[in-house]
Amino acid sequence: MTLLDIVLFLPLAAFLVILALPGALSRTLALATSTGIFVVSLGLAAQVAGSPGAGALLETNRIWISSPAIRYHVSLDGLGLWLVLLSTILTPLCVLVSWNYITDRVKEYYAFLLLLEFGVIGVFVSMDLFLFYVFWEVTLVPMYFLIGIWGHDRRIYATVKFFLYTMTGSLLMLAAILYLYSKAGTFDYPTILQLLSSGRLELTAAEQLPLFLAFFIAFAIKVPLFPLHTWLPDAHVEAPTAGSVMLASVMLKMGTYGIVRFCLPMFGNAAHQCAPVINILAIIGIVYGALVALVQPNMKKLVAYSSVSHLGFVVLGVFTFTQQGLDGAVYQMLNHGISTGALFILVGFLYERRHSLEIKAFGGVANVAPVFSVVFMITTLASIGLPALNNFVGEYLVLQGAALVNWKYAAFAELGVIFSACYMLWLYQRTFLGEAGEQVRHHIHDLNARELLALAPLVVLMVWMGTGTSLFLKPITAVNARILQQTKQNVEYQVKAPTPPAPSARVEVADAR
Amino acid sequence: MHHLWLIPFFPLAGFLVNGLFGKRLSKGAVGMVAIGSVVLSFLWALKALFGLAPLETAHVERYFTWIQSGSLVIPYELAVDRLTAIMLMVVTGIGSLIHIYATGYMHEEEGFYRFFAYLNLFMFFMLTLVLANNYLLLFVGWEGVGLCSYLLIGFYFLKHSASTAGNKAFIVNRIGDAGYAVAVFLIFLTFGTLDFPKVMEAAKALPVETSAGILTGICLLLLVGATGKSAQVPLYVWLPDAMEGPTPVSALIHAATMVTAGVYMVTRSAALFLHAPIAMETVAWIGLATAVMAATIGITQYDIKKVYAYSTVSQLGYMFLALGVGAFSAGIWHVVTHAFFKALLFLGAGSVIHALHHEQDMRHMGGLRKKIPITFAVLTCAWLAISGVPFTSGWYSKEAILGAVHHHSPLMYWIGVATAAVTAFYVSRSMFMTFWGEYRGHAHPHESPPVMWLPLAALAVLSLAGGALFNVPHILEPMFPQGHGEHDFMLEVIGSSAGLLGIGLAYVMYVANPGLPASIATSLGGVYRLVYNKYYVDEAYDAAVVRPIVNGSRTGLWQFTDVWLIDGMVNGAGSLARWLGGGLRMLQSGNIRAYAAWVVAGAVIFIIAAGAIAGSQGGLR
Repeated sequence: MTLLDIVLFLPLAAFLVILALPGALSRTLALATSTGIFVVSLGLAAQVAGSPGAGALLETNRIWISSPAIRYHVSLDGLGLWLVLLSTILTPLCVLVSWNYITDRVKEYYAFLLLLEFGVIGVFVSMDLFLFYVFWEVTLVPMYFLIGIWGHDRRIYATVKFFLYTMTGSLLMLAAILYLYSKAGTFDYPTILQLLSSGRLELTAAEQLPLFLAFFIAFAIKVPLFPLHTWLPDAHVEAPTAGSVMLASVMLKMGTYGIVRFCLPMFGNAAHQCAPVINILAIIGIVYGALVALVQPNMKKLVAYSSVSHLGFVVLGVFTFTQQGLDGAVYQMLNHGISTGALFILVGFLYERRHSLEIKAFGGVANVAPVFSVVFMITTLASIGLPALNNFVGEYLVLQGAALVNWKYAAFAELGVIFSACYMLWLYQRTFLGEAGEQVRHHIHDLNARELLALAPLVVLMVWMGTGTSLFLKPITAVNARILQQTKQNVEYQVKAPTPPAPSARVEVADAR
Repeated sequence: MHHLWLIPFFPLAGFLVNGLFGKRLSKGAVGMVAIGSVVLSFLWALKALFGLAPLETAHVERYFTWIQSGSLVIPYELAVDRLTAIMLMVVTGIGSLIHIYATGYMHEEEGFYRFFAYLNLFMFFMLTLVLANNYLLLFVGWEGVGLCSYLLIGFYFLKHSASTAGNKAFIVNRIGDAGYAVAVFLIFLTFGTLDFPKVMEAAKALPVETSAGILTGICLLLLVGATGKSAQVPLYVWLPDAMEGPTPVSALIHAATMVTAGVYMVTRSAALFLHAPIAMETVAWIGLATAVMAATIGITQYDIKKVYAYSTVSQLGYMFLALGVGAFSAGIWHVVTHAFFKALLFLGAGSVIHALHHEQDMRHMGGLRKKIPITFAVLTCAWLAISGVPFTSGWYSKEAILGAVHHHSPLMYWIGVATAAVTAFYVSRSMFMTFWGEYRGHAHPHESPPVMWLPLAALAVLSLAGGALFNVPHILEPMFPQGHGEHDFMLEVIGSSAGLLGIGLAYVMYVANPGLPASIATSLGGVYRLVYNKYYVDEAYDAAVVRPIVNGSRTGLWQFTDVWLIDGMVNGAGSLARWLGGGLRMLQSGNIRAYAAWVVAGAVIFIIAAGAIAGSQGGLR
């Protein structure tokens, strides 16, 4: 039993304990256990980030079901590491955020939160395709209930939409997994990769493309990639704050993680073939998401559409097949989790005070809640990619990678960077600046200690990940280099580079081939 | 090691102290922290420069790696060469004076600590900008100063016009920054590095591009960035609105330092620009167009700060004109002298506004010569300098620019001379309207306290003598050799006369015949209204860019594409499924084995179908 197994199963244990004990204890229990899990998970960072190579560590590989051969195979590398840590740090913050807001069915609520943590960690560490699929589906259940029970007025419509969208994708993925099993005789992911690279498993072109698409569409819905995104605004608006945070910060990353982990190494060929179309969809998403965010009257919807824009950067980075693009994409997954997570928390706090998400119900909040306003400003700046804060590093790497492939990609994506400043600063002006109205004066008060505690770690991370990047980037870079290698191995023909690379940048573009 | 990092660090520390604890500190303590941090920074810069003299080559200090990904390595690396040394002195020196002044000016304001925290943060970013040794670290300062500009313009956040002006500044700068960012991507693509010395070394080895190529592209994109930050046509529109901020901010950020960042950046990239003549020519024409346009607007404005704002835009245009004709050191010289006299103009205007209890309209001033004599005396020094009266600081740099422009193109030269006359005219107009004639307002003017006029006195000395004291082209000689340095006496006579002519004309119109301007304005009619309304550029941008984007996004993208089209299809599919489900209900037998069979069958059908589609398209090859 490795530390990874412990981190994975502790949330499940906590889920059971919360269910078993009386509801009055639930939130304290949830806070204590999730904080404990976070502390334990720091040990993972010490081990993985401390190891020099890109190899998978903390591996456990044993039979779960003997026929068909489904294995409990988990391990951790630099790609999964920070996503696991993102999940473990956000869960206690979500408990803090929900502290007073959740008064109904308290026990079930916190139990589901821990079950969700179990599911998402499982997704990021599973090395068996079937196990991955199981965890993928496990995450749906608690989120379904979090929105469906503790959500706002239109929650049923939103949950059903969320569920159907995701299920459509998952079924495609399941079909592809079953097909792979029929060809390879195993669900074990490293084994499949080995079979592929040694040539003992060959996927013809006619097989690779549909398999790639089946995986990719499942992931793209989760991301969500334009035009598969319309479940997201509804789900976010209806979800309780903690649901929005986990959904945006962690669950969307399951999609981008899946693309990097599975689509690229297994189907490098098809990925290259589809890259131009996917990149254009990603860029449309970046610009489109930002423009639609600009005109939202509801602040949660605004943040939701901004996520569509931000995740476009991630997808664009991945499909540049450059070291910079891929590193930026993974970094951006974490950044988005932190800054958008913080935005949803802040918006949630505004809702708790004013019981409205309409932007026009606010104005002048800075007069009555100065600390709140400062934290919101810092988060805004992080979100719009101000240099020396976290998002900038990711966006820069993504766009630099994109420019190495085709400078027009970077130029058009920059539009999203401009518009992000427009929608966020406009939101800030309408919400926080100006004279405070009667309602705002009456209802809004500044952050209390608990709320500040829920935000402080995220603010620290925004600054830390913007200035001291090497701790975070090093493990990511190592894994991405390996993934690019694998992607290249399974490409048996040369992709034509859209622009002739300059001498010095040739290394990266050569990697991309 | 000369610990260059301490230069930006002191103001950062000041920002943190005032930002975190300023609310609980007294105003005196806040002021001490703010001023102290900037003065320390100034002293440390002086110490480092003395230690490094004569600084023939750049001194580089590397601290740690900021970003590393593959072959891309961005170090946190600071460097000083003579260009940076000049900028350091201007930023910390003028910055110190303005900080001192501001403790007096802002004394009655709420949010005193907030103001100085922002001002210190600005110093940190500005110093990072001039010390950075690569394009990405420069960008940290570049966007950082933009942020502080946004925060300070919107300092009076209760006023809608202030927060709107702040947003406008940030967003217009963002447009420029996007250009800069794409330039950075292309620089890395072309040179494989973002370090200034390496890029410039590699650029020098490339041939001069006679037709548009990659260097031209890079330089034009850098220029887009510079037009945003340095308020050039077509992105200058944010700067006049930036006057919503407190007056010391207008002096420090929107006149003396931040807005010259574009000039600095282009000069820093001189090796690139010199290999892209098309881009150089564009820089020159943009500068000239900006100088002319802003100067003409300056004639018609009544708000004293607006006059000086358009004057700043116009003078920045002059600097770009210098860069465009290859006179980099003349451009930087004008950065320095302009910092002296324009900071003084703004701070002096602030002193006037302070004396008149926040009156900014020159129509309600007049006759203040006797009432606030110190302010009048120091402003006179700035007035002479900006008008280019011989041997004042402005005269030296302006003549250096005009001389170089004449060498490049006589047409540009004559337009430049005419603009110099207009410049002298509108500044003289503002002086005559403020200090001559009878007082037309209702306040009780009082002279500002010494904490305010002492810095003004220092700036007054610099405005008069700064040009002779600091011979910037000589200092920059190792970096920018003087190709055509010979002084043409005739040109200097023409340039000087233009300034004097402007002053004289203003005297005739605003002192000798005060009724004349109104009758001229009336007889010009439409032309006057066009200029008075700033050529309707804001209105045109609003109608052509802002409103189409907002309305198009609302109706075209959100309501049509998202809600009607995509969600319509999704909901349609949902309804279809329910309808089909009614028919297929018999499949719901409750038998798990049957379900499993359906799942497998569905999967198989999908795979076959997808395979068939891919196969029919000829597969991957």
